[in-house]
Amino acid sequence: MSFDVPEDLRYRESHEWIDPETGRVGISEFAQDELGDVVFVELPGEGDAVEAGGEFGVVESIKAVSDLYAPVSGEVVAVNEALFDAPELVNDDPFGDGWMLELDFDEGELDDLLSADEYRDQIA
Amino acid sequence: MTLRNPPLREVHAERDAKFTEFGGWDMPVEFDSIRAEHAAVREAAGVFDVSHMGEIEVAGPDATALLNRLTTNDVTALSPGDAQYAAITREDGVMLDDTVVYRLPDEERTDETLGTVPAYLFIPNAGHDAEMHERWVDHRDQWGLDCEVRNVTEDWAMFAVQGPEAPDLVASAVDDGGPDVLELPKFSATFAPFAGVECWVARTGYTGEDGFEVLCPWADAEAVWALFADDATPCGLGARDTLRIEQGFLLSGQDFHPEEEPRTPYEADIGFAVDLDAEFVGRDALAAQAEAGVEETFVGIELLDRGVPRHGYDVTNEDGHVVGTVTSGTMSPSLDKPIALGYLPVDLTDPGTEVSVVVRGREKRAKVVSVPFE
Repeated sequence: MSFDVPEDLRYRESHEWIDPETGRVGISEFAQDELGDVVFVELPGEGDAVEAGGEFGVVESIKAVSDLYAPVSGEVVAVNEALFDAPELVNDDPFGDGWMLELDFDEGELDDLLSADEYRDQIA
Repeated sequence: MTLRNPPLREVHAERDAKFTEFGGWDMPVEFDSIRAEHAAVREAAGVFDVSHMGEIEVAGPDATALLNRLTTNDVTALSPGDAQYAAITREDGVMLDDTVVYRLPDEERTDETLGTVPAYLFIPNAGHDAEMHERWVDHRDQWGLDCEVRNVTEDWAMFAVQGPEAPDLVASAVDDGGPDVLELPKFSATFAPFAGVECWVARTGYTGEDGFEVLCPWADAEAVWALFADDATPCGLGARDTLRIEQGFLLSGQDFHPEEEPRTPYEADIGFAVDLDAEFVGRDALAAQAEAGVEETFVGIELLDRGVPRHGYDVTNEDGHVVGTVTSGTMSPSLDKPIALGYLPVDLTDPGTEVSVVVRGREKRAKVVSVPFE
């Protein structure tokens, strides 16, 4: 099975992505497929600080619980509250409507993340 | 540890199933989506490969006596073709496993002078077959009973076809000339031919829906599976778990376990499977508990706050004291709310009693409810 890995995003080994343009963060198509049906998402609030590699929330599927790790450090400027009522958006559109946070972040940390090619190799 | 493979491991893999270890077996947990598989069983029909379930055959002049002394129910009540739910308890009444006992057609022994003898098949849970075989053989020998005990777990594949459309689907899959399985009452079984193969078909299951469980020879599993897999949604153990939790059904090894969660049938709320008039191992301990009453019992819990209860999470009372543990929990796909099963002190078991479930360090409001969950 092959998974979509958009070129313009950067990835963490733990399957979170960040859009360098918008600061949006979510999990990859591969990750949502591994989890199965997502039923619950716990996210920080606007104004909270997150740290690169630190836990920022939890995503739960019917069968598993997974911690979410911040790809970069920054401040949460938006939270996708639609996920609280419709967590299945993470399955349906992980790179679109299933986004989780928007961060105001330091671009210098992007270099520590995987490119699309590197992430594709990891999940191959 | 090397995992045991069900006969259709590769067939399921070709369908892109995801697998999980369960009771020492490598089993499909999800084919496409647990939610979709769950819905198929509630609304139409799903088929599960449950070939990891054990099968033990017991036949001979003393087969009834042996079954009656090792299971909590009254096996003498069974006629050929009857099925019975029972627990298997040790001397102190603690459950080692739960099982369904089938009485098979009597076995003819033409090579001996015995004539016909009673024969049974019972179904230990995944990974318990060797232990149960040993237990039956040891007790047979200790008590000097005359019967054969055979572990036939890897002779029989087992499929559960469940859901409102399942009965018609199974009935139409029976070969021409076979019995009308729609006439089988719940908890009864018969031999019937499927795809030219003689199978044992029982109106039993563990989802709360109508349906059948079909046991077929391991070597013929693919042909029999194909009869169902085109018209019913293939389902994995993930959906089986959410379906049985919604019904409040026990999972051996999780909702009870002889060391980690030692429970009697009364505590586990399956007292209906105990017949104290039978003389079985653990009977005296259970009679004493029936007289004295239980201190804790198995209940349903519904979370009122957001969160998903999981196995091992603490349950607290209004004062914040830990009063129990979640033994099974999930987000109910049918009801779209978080539900849990676990044991609570009897004074907290009335429906509506307010408790909390500690989800990752935070107390979430919850209440005791009766099962099946609604």
